[in-house]
Amino acid sequence: MNLTLKVWRQQDIRSTGKFVTYPVQGVTPDMSFLEMLDLLNENLQTQGEPPVVFDHDCREGICGMCGFLINGVAHGGHRGTTVCQLSMRFFKDGDSLTLEPWRAKAFPVLRDLAVDRSAFDRIIQAGGFITAPTGVAPDASAILVPKESADRAMDAAACIGCGACVAACPNAAAMLFTAAKVTHLNSLPQGQPQRYERTADMVAAMSDEMFGSCTNHGECEAVCPKKIPIEFIGRMNRDLVHATLHRRGE
Amino acid sequence: MLDSKIPSGPIEKKWEKARFEMKLVNPANRRKHTVIIVGSGLAGASAAASLGQQGYNVHCFCFQDSPRRAHSIAAQGGINAAKNYRNDGDSIHRLFYDTVKGGDFRAREANVYRLAQISVNIIDQCVAQGVPFAREYGGLLDTRSFGGVQVSRTFYARGQTGQQLLLGAYQALEEQIASGAVKMHTRSEMLDLVVVNGRARGVVTRDLLTGAIESFAADCVVLATGGYGNVFYLSTNAKGCNTTAIWRAHRRGAYFGNPCFTQIHPTCIPVSNENQSKLTLMSESLRNDGRVWVPKKKGDTRPPSQIPEDERDYYLERRYPSFGNLVPRDVASRAAKEVCDDGRGVGPGGQGVYLDFSDAIRRMGESVVREKYGNLFDMYEEITGENAYKVPMRIYPAVHYTMGGLWVDYQLMSTIPGLFVAGEANFSDHGANRLGASALMQGLADGYFILPYTIPNYIASSSLEKVDTSHPQFAAVTAEVNQRIATLIGIQGKRTVDSFHKELGKLIWENCGMARSADGLRSNLERIPALREEFWHNLKIIGTGQELNQSLEKAGRVADFLELGELMCLDALEREESCGGHFRVESQTPDGEALRNDEKFSFVSAWEWKGEGDQWELHQEPLAFEHVHLAQRSYK
Repeated sequence: MNLTLKVWRQQDIRSTGKFVTYPVQGVTPDMSFLEMLDLLNENLQTQGEPPVVFDHDCREGICGMCGFLINGVAHGGHRGTTVCQLSMRFFKDGDSLTLEPWRAKAFPVLRDLAVDRSAFDRIIQAGGFITAPTGVAPDASAILVPKESADRAMDAAACIGCGACVAACPNAAAMLFTAAKVTHLNSLPQGQPQRYERTADMVAAMSDEMFGSCTNHGECEAVCPKKIPIEFIGRMNRDLVHATLHRRGE
Repeated sequence: MLDSKIPSGPIEKKWEKARFEMKLVNPANRRKHTVIIVGSGLAGASAAASLGQQGYNVHCFCFQDSPRRAHSIAAQGGINAAKNYRNDGDSIHRLFYDTVKGGDFRAREANVYRLAQISVNIIDQCVAQGVPFAREYGGLLDTRSFGGVQVSRTFYARGQTGQQLLLGAYQALEEQIASGAVKMHTRSEMLDLVVVNGRARGVVTRDLLTGAIESFAADCVVLATGGYGNVFYLSTNAKGCNTTAIWRAHRRGAYFGNPCFTQIHPTCIPVSNENQSKLTLMSESLRNDGRVWVPKKKGDTRPPSQIPEDERDYYLERRYPSFGNLVPRDVASRAAKEVCDDGRGVGPGGQGVYLDFSDAIRRMGESVVREKYGNLFDMYEEITGENAYKVPMRIYPAVHYTMGGLWVDYQLMSTIPGLFVAGEANFSDHGANRLGASALMQGLADGYFILPYTIPNYIASSSLEKVDTSHPQFAAVTAEVNQRIATLIGIQGKRTVDSFHKELGKLIWENCGMARSADGLRSNLERIPALREEFWHNLKIIGTGQELNQSLEKAGRVADFLELGELMCLDALEREESCGGHFRVESQTPDGEALRNDEKFSFVSAWEWKGEGDQWELHQEPLAFEHVHLAQRSYK
């Protein structure tokens, strides 16, 4: 099949970008979306043009490195799929697709479709961990975790940190990302000692990084490739209220 | 002479003895010592976090945008530990035994024993960090069994164990970054090692955003940069996985151990198109409940549902009745290749076998199967468009892991003093074949529990002169790195990097893949240097070195693969025996199993780079088997 791509091209973080249109021919349904872009890039290079820069690594939907908007929808709008796993069989001959990077103040565009998501790392630094220096741990079976808690923790921990939730949110909020980590750690017995401090610190880091606030649009859940439910935001808010009412040291 | 520095004494006491004999660094002095760690996967992140906690000044580098992207994240199935929580006969000794045997007697006994001992601490550590391992209803940890063993010792977090273990290490690392103990350098690629007066003292890196070439000095350097499976172009590795860090170190004097030992994983989604960029693994855990089969008749094109039971060949169950579908990876892969070569493969091109869950669904119900493997079935459907609850999966072997890597001694130090190598990047503990769920164990053992002892020991017992980046050696290496980038960009030929990479991958897969012959290897030893020659004359890179340039990044990596590929073939040619994943067609038993030659080849091959002109010198580390009796592996 033949496609027309309108791709955001931007030289670097300081430049202004623009859309450039490219035809892509000979796309087959068993290719992945990124393989289709590989094909475009091979052609561009042969013609002496710089290839389109996009972040990617594992190409199996788990590293969280890939992601951009296809016709305005993060990861292309196929439920529960990262763009690297998006198959071309969902597209048809003659389709016109607009590709642009995540749009959020906290995620500056680095080049073309690649953005800087280091703000996510800094949210984790604020409290997205359980302090357990190497070597001090008790026997693994000494800590009992109810299956329900373990399952919820795992549902939340499945987040791959791709940033689609931020890109889809009209407020560019990082609530789903942060709530996923808070829910993971706060659901476990091991996570209790730092529970409220963690929640307050991560939420504070979120606003320091210029992410917006949640106004319950639910766009984040709709585009999340790991189907992280918005319910976790409610859980985080509950812990945040507790943390705010019982301020540290009181 | 290679000195593996294995401590004396009984095998159960070696690690304890070694730890006691190690020199320590006073907590107040640790801050004055800098450690560079390249790579942020399980081995790198766990080492960086642990050394940061101890008080060392750590610099950690990764080429991705965040340490959480490292490819350890993609490991699915689980992590082994000799906890014996199942009361099914497991023990440290049995994990040790299984690993040495599974590796087809080409691993160092003392290292493997230590790995088995440490395995139990790893699970404790990860649980304390909040890794959400699968639990029983009573709240205790669940386990499952994996290929090549008969006990249930594999701990797992759904089909995302690697992700969860990596996030645990990543979070510990981020905590240390926040505390200032670790300085993280993302989107930063190591392009060379700096050796001063015979010791590893720093690295030269490229900032992938700006192209800036930077230097960093330290007391010692750790490479935890993963494996080199991408030499095959198509593999289950992430696209960025590469050999550059270890290859550059090899060229600076680190010996390369067992380069031809690569693992072909039996359960991957078959290749479907010419433009395919990677192969996707379906966790080996699927073999616990899925049954592998092909039609008995050649060229049988009926859909699987129309092939009656008595016309199916469950070839693993037939050939290996005691292990059945759970034979080790090398055995399962080779068996799949044989039935496909025999014309009984299924799917497009006949390069596939069925992995069938219909019995499991009948026995346990679809919901239980969904609970255990749901994400894998979903992934399969995303890629192939087929519902594996209804039709059997189609699978085929694919390159997955490299047992070879830089040679290290018992302290995980390479032949360059001060250069440590951890995780998949070292030649490691897996011999000629790695058992399932052992890679995560080894990466974390190295990073959490071995390097935090051996690095302080090195620092405390060496008299390290003060070296900073103003040392002339840093300028010299930086000049070489700049020159190489300028040369790559200056070629201005006609072919793209990917076209060279694909051609190299095909050569290695055909002649140094699942079956290797002397003729095929010799032909590669002529064709790879010719391809390399063309690469350096006909490569085309658009753009400059002073910008984010992904083609330039790839070109540097492919240039190194073009040298490593040759060494792999040389090593495979030299090793005239079959062992584990290394199958020389000239060396097999009458029923087609791998035939070792212990008399001649019971050693680790350690190759020394002798300079341009492709000359290597082979050194041997003899392997002694005092605790596991050398025997022909049998899984029948």
